[in-house]
Amino acid sequence: MNDLGFYLVQALTGLSSASALFLVASGLSIIFGVTRVVNFAHGSFYMLGAYIAYTFVERLGGALGFWAAVLLAGVAVGAIGVVVELLILRRVYQAPELFQLVATFGVILVIQDLALLTWGAEDLFGPAAPGLEGTVNILGTRLPEYDLALIALSLVVLGALTLLFHRTRWGTLVRAATEDREMVGALGVNQSWLFTGTFFLGSMLAGLGGAAQLPKGGADLLMDFNILAAVFVVVVVGGMGSIPGAFLAAVLISELGAFGILVIPQSTLVLMFVVMAVVLIFRPWGLLGRPEAPGQHGQVGPPEPPLRPPGPRLRAAGLLLLAVLLALPAFADDFTLVLAVEIAIMALFAASLHFAMGPGGMVSFGHAAFFGGGAYAAALLVKYAGSPMEVALLFAPAMAGVLALLFGWFCVRLTGVYLAMLTLAFAQVGWSIVFQWGEVTGGDDGILGIWPSEWASNRLAFYYLSMLASAGGILALQYVLHSPFGYAMRACRDSVVRSASIGIDVRRQQWFAFAFSGALAGLAGGLFVFSKGSVFPDEMSIPRSFDALIMVLLGGVKTVLGPLAGAVTFTWLQDEIGRLEYWRFVLGALIIAIVVAFPQGIAGFLRARLGPWFGVREMEA
Amino acid sequence: MNRLKHAITGITGSGILAGLAFVLAGSLHAAPAFAADPIRIGDINSYKRLPAHTIPYKMGVELAIEEINAEGGVLGRPLELVSRDDAGKPGEAVKIAEELISKDRVALISGTLFSHIGLALTSFAGEKKVLYVAAEPLADALVWANGNRYTFRLRPSTYMQASMLAREAAKNPAKRWATIAPNYAYGKDAVAAFKKVLTAIRPDVEFVAEQWPGLFKIDAGAEVQALAAAEPEAIYNVTFGGDLAKFVREGKLRGLFEDRLVVGLLTGEPEYLDPLKGEAPEGWLVTGYPWYDIDTPEHAAFLAAYQGKYDDYPRIGSIVGYNTMLTVAALITRAGSTDTEAMVDALEGLSFDAPTGPITFRALDHQSTMGAYVGWTTLEDGRGKMVDWTYMDGADHFPPDDEVRAMRPSS
Repeated sequence: MNDLGFYLVQALTGLSSASALFLVASGLSIIFGVTRVVNFAHGSFYMLGAYIAYTFVERLGGALGFWAAVLLAGVAVGAIGVVVELLILRRVYQAPELFQLVATFGVILVIQDLALLTWGAEDLFGPAAPGLEGTVNILGTRLPEYDLALIALSLVVLGALTLLFHRTRWGTLVRAATEDREMVGALGVNQSWLFTGTFFLGSMLAGLGGAAQLPKGGADLLMDFNILAAVFVVVVVGGMGSIPGAFLAAVLISELGAFGILVIPQSTLVLMFVVMAVVLIFRPWGLLGRPEAPGQHGQVGPPEPPLRPPGPRLRAAGLLLLAVLLALPAFADDFTLVLAVEIAIMALFAASLHFAMGPGGMVSFGHAAFFGGGAYAAALLVKYAGSPMEVALLFAPAMAGVLALLFGWFCVRLTGVYLAMLTLAFAQVGWSIVFQWGEVTGGDDGILGIWPSEWASNRLAFYYLSMLASAGGILALQYVLHSPFGYAMRACRDSVVRSASIGIDVRRQQWFAFAFSGALAGLAGGLFVFSKGSVFPDEMSIPRSFDALIMVLLGGVKTVLGPLAGAVTFTWLQDEIGRLEYWRFVLGALIIAIVVAFPQGIAGFLRARLGPWFGVREMEA
Repeated sequence: MNRLKHAITGITGSGILAGLAFVLAGSLHAAPAFAADPIRIGDINSYKRLPAHTIPYKMGVELAIEEINAEGGVLGRPLELVSRDDAGKPGEAVKIAEELISKDRVALISGTLFSHIGLALTSFAGEKKVLYVAAEPLADALVWANGNRYTFRLRPSTYMQASMLAREAAKNPAKRWATIAPNYAYGKDAVAAFKKVLTAIRPDVEFVAEQWPGLFKIDAGAEVQALAAAEPEAIYNVTFGGDLAKFVREGKLRGLFEDRLVVGLLTGEPEYLDPLKGEAPEGWLVTGYPWYDIDTPEHAAFLAAYQGKYDDYPRIGSIVGYNTMLTVAALITRAGSTDTEAMVDALEGLSFDAPTGPITFRALDHQSTMGAYVGWTTLEDGRGKMVDWTYMDGADHFPPDDEVRAMRPSS
């Protein structure tokens, strides 16, 4: 085998892998740039592209039929994107920042079950592209012809997008909206149609990406989540909203992957997240992105009024709730207690995230790092030091806090979505360490047999213990929020400049706030281990981070009680609906319904109804 | 206008809240149905995470229950299945197990596919003293390093299946081996077991390369190239599902499999071989399930019943599901009650005849001796099949007893 040929083919293979990644990522980047929607459902569009193209290829046949099918699939997915935009997202653009991602999360669930119903459970093996079934010989090494076709396709799309954005009026408007959408609106451009058009283009690119990779694999039901993280990494590394950036990042990550496995075969899990972390540390806005102008983090609607301590009626309601929880075991069955424990743990986890992303203004997409970090800290201490539960439960928040100090030191230098993505990157690096380091952490076989001490091992005792810890944690967050520390933190969120000018060390303030939030997530994680008896890397993974995010946003990020309402609704709904065969469809549809009905979140809605009676002032419209 | 809009959102909002409250009230007031008769079985599996495998599993389970009940049930009582989806999350599985035990009052927990979920339930079963009959998770630790009194497993473990393949592979003169396995516990265990057994028989083999693609995230072209660069004489493949399809296509195109022995763990299972259709690899040594060629009367009866009920052919999941419920029926019959301790005692050393042959649950480590089919792949009528296969009894593929004893925690 010729060495040069080998490396050349490896490089070209990397380029062809970059192709699908670029197509999907460019779509996401465009959608985010204009509408500021963090579209979690983008992976679902990619999956739909593959399935729809598969169906079309079977109907049409032939070389012409294959490419027609790919194009048709792109258009069809674009149309589906438009439907999602018109029916759902258009109704919630005015909601608080990032709220739309809850709706797109609902869309993921709905599409997963619809795809299962339509195309069945078995993987569909993609057809080879007619006329491109063979290989070409490059200095003695074979390269599939279709790899070259994919490389060509990505270059064509890159060229076409460049022309579209620089040579057409629509493209100019899209670029302008990416810069400053209020200004574009003020100049009389119909924003609604601009957004819809953007959604069509972005979804179409995702569908095209899914369709074009058919000959490299096929269509299966896990495609959506499997590509999602990679796509977000590409978009962020390239710079949100930048097409050439997305291309550059896709190539960079694919090539590093292709050559990385030659040196460290185990690097497959973590490599791209390390790349993202490094890029964000040195270039906080991605390779080709531009810094966001201050006050432009997609904040819409009136600014939040300052938080006030809860009035007497609200305090009374809180005490009533505590009394109900205290008395619950008297009239509830065993499983209700188990479920209540789970809800309480999730409420603490959500409340800790809310502390950082609501009043703290630091959105974390990787909060599971601290939840899982606390869980693992407790489990490892029990496993290796034989420590009792009581010590492990104190150790969990301490270690999670230390971890948050470490991650936070880098993260608080960034803002907005970039900050969120850096937390995600660190969380993934942490996850892959736990996952890979089997000798110590058990890898994905986890750590087993972590049960409560004797006195707390019956359901009743553990119920009171978790209620005490969760309620205590939540009240601690509340207390800090209304302490001088909390005031300073909110000041930093609302105006960096003014806070700095009155002598607040903004970064340090945010750093400590981030760590405090992480520590309480760790406490939730510690409780979680002892309630389940085992811990697995799942507790540090992206879906766990999403859980917290969904709970906070669903409940209402601008309300203090939001995370509680969100945790109760989400955890309980999941349990209640879990018995249905198509529970994902039902849960997804319900989430979408809630999102559309309560754009301010559930607690936001309740505050608007009941707030005045409780002495909570509604924000002035 | 604005007021109207407000009113409408208000009404929809209150409607949804009222709906939620209604469901909540319903769930609190629904008294558990105390039908004295049926024996309830709490079956948990990943119906949404890997439906291609778990839906056939459930079909096998339901067929078995139907047949058992048609013959009068167990101890004169019918079996009733309470089937739940674990969403692919271990924490969720533990919660559902609690619910099945305390709310649905099931006699035992069965099922599950993923190793980590199986391990979470192993830990749960040991602590709460609940019988757990693991159907499909392959992790060796389930019955060895983390085994306990209350956990049993039906399907041959990673070690057992890898050992079956390694013994066959040892007959091949190939000395330079490369491995490719998904980068998680199952992949690592499968490679370690294969290496251990193969080098024990053939000290002259060397492993020249190993590749660890992320599970369901394989970059197949690059991985194939990396394997080819090591110039191995034989390749041991552990990838499955979508990863396998991509690996096979790229490997064929780039000539990786030419003049090389390829050994594939699970590759012959219909779940993974059939989606490849006309591009299924030929001449691989694999474990799988050649349902079309097994002509024992027991299997013929199972096949006829299955195809009669479903108008579909069985997958490996189907036969595992079917055998799981046969296990449950046999163990309760032997125990004479649904008392957990009695059931555990009954399951230790329990033997019965399954469509795949006789099965015994070893008292030593609670692993069943259910075996696997090992053979060679070929293409026939545009689809992959196994030929020249033999059924390897699991009983022949355990480490020595004292090794097993040393691995299990003393209790």
